[in-house]
Amino acid sequence: MDSQFSKAELERYSRHLIIPEFNIEGQRKLKESKVLVVGAGGLGSPLLFYLTAAGAGTIGIVDFDTIEESNLQRQVLFTVDDIGKSKAKTAAQRLKRLNPHVEFRVYDTQLTSDNALEIIRDYDVIADGTDNFPTRYLVNDACVILGKTNVYASIFRFEGQVSVFNHLMPDGSRGPNYRDLFPEPPPPGLVPSCAEGGVLGVLPGIIGSLQANEVIKIITGVGEPLAGRLFLFDAFSFETRTVKVAKDPDTKEITKLIDYIEFCGLNNSSQKTEENMVKEITVQELASLKENGSDYQLIDVREPYERKIASIEGELVPLAQIMSFADNIARDKKVIIYCRSGSRSAQAVIQLEKQNGFDNLYNLKGGILAWAKEIDPTVAKY
Amino acid sequence: MKLSVLLFGIARDIVGDRQISVDLPENENVAGLLNYLKKEYPSFNDLQSLLVAVNDTYAKSEHVLQENDEIALIPPVSGG
Repeated sequence: MDSQFSKAELERYSRHLIIPEFNIEGQRKLKESKVLVVGAGGLGSPLLFYLTAAGAGTIGIVDFDTIEESNLQRQVLFTVDDIGKSKAKTAAQRLKRLNPHVEFRVYDTQLTSDNALEIIRDYDVIADGTDNFPTRYLVNDACVILGKTNVYASIFRFEGQVSVFNHLMPDGSRGPNYRDLFPEPPPPGLVPSCAEGGVLGVLPGIIGSLQANEVIKIITGVGEPLAGRLFLFDAFSFETRTVKVAKDPDTKEITKLIDYIEFCGLNNSSQKTEENMVKEITVQELASLKENGSDYQLIDVREPYERKIASIEGELVPLAQIMSFADNIARDKKVIIYCRSGSRSAQAVIQLEKQNGFDNLYNLKGGILAWAKEIDPTVAKY
Repeated sequence: MKLSVLLFGIARDIVGDRQISVDLPENENVAGLLNYLKKEYPSFNDLQSLLVAVNDTYAKSEHVLQENDEIALIPPVSGG
């Protein structure tokens, strides 16, 4: 019998052990490895399931978030009983039942510039399945500074991206990293998150599984890792594309971690400041206007497909068409504009005030989400 | 020269299509293509972070384009 594996482990991993290229040496490397999964969400679910099943020795799970109803459409790690609980802790409990031979380390905390180096330092391979730009740049930069391979994946609606960043190449150099592809983040609000733009539930299942495959290849040294290449998958048309990428000599060297919230323009962007100055009405005030039968105009600037999920009536004019609707907006009474969360409707108010000189427009604070939460629990939060 | 431009992520929303055909003067480079797109679709002015691949290989702004090149515009996505 092998000194490192028990009989139970040899039986469990037997389908790996009989692959000629993989065999017990590949399994040994997996058992000795430490993998850090950042983000236990859509990508994190298949990643963690397959890394655990495959027998990675130590798996770190970083996620500060709690499980919500709308996660269950794709985050298959969790069940209805888990709503409200910590993602990182719940994931570790679930995964222990899948493979008791794996050691889990739970980081129920947000990865920040203050703790990233300390957490990441201890791991061999990092898998980035986070859901926002600041954390993506943070994970990338920390991996570059510490000389770790970063297995990257990202999703949006029907599209997925996968790559292996900062990988140690045969010539001793490090392969391209996230900043060679995208030196600067997009301006805030331009590229929607899954929560804002939606994502097909099965997509992270596909993309996160590809990510797990790359992690396992890198640990075991089996196969050709996706370093120096960016893989694109379009579930809509079933098209795939692999783009060759290289280190960009013009990219600035990464020597220390920075303030990534600021880098991504998320703390004091001019857009946000402008949005904050828009006149607002609370959902309670709107409720009493309705009750009193007051005369006002209500405009919904969401898309028609959103109206089918949740509605509080009013005229439906998607934000993109609001300017051509200006002639139909009253000037002699209160006009209340709403959307899902209050951001698009604030943009509508700003545009209409600037270009048409309205002074009777009010943004519904918190949008239909606030209405659903505070006034009418029968309205779906989405 | 005729170029085929494939769009990904938010670039699809900006253009309103998954693929467009563009006619540019001979010897135009990637920067010239992006300038053309910025004029046609002003929202590209905001999208500084955009990976451009020509015939499935990453191309910098000075890369000179050829007739029938297939260009992919790949913006970052952040979802997980």
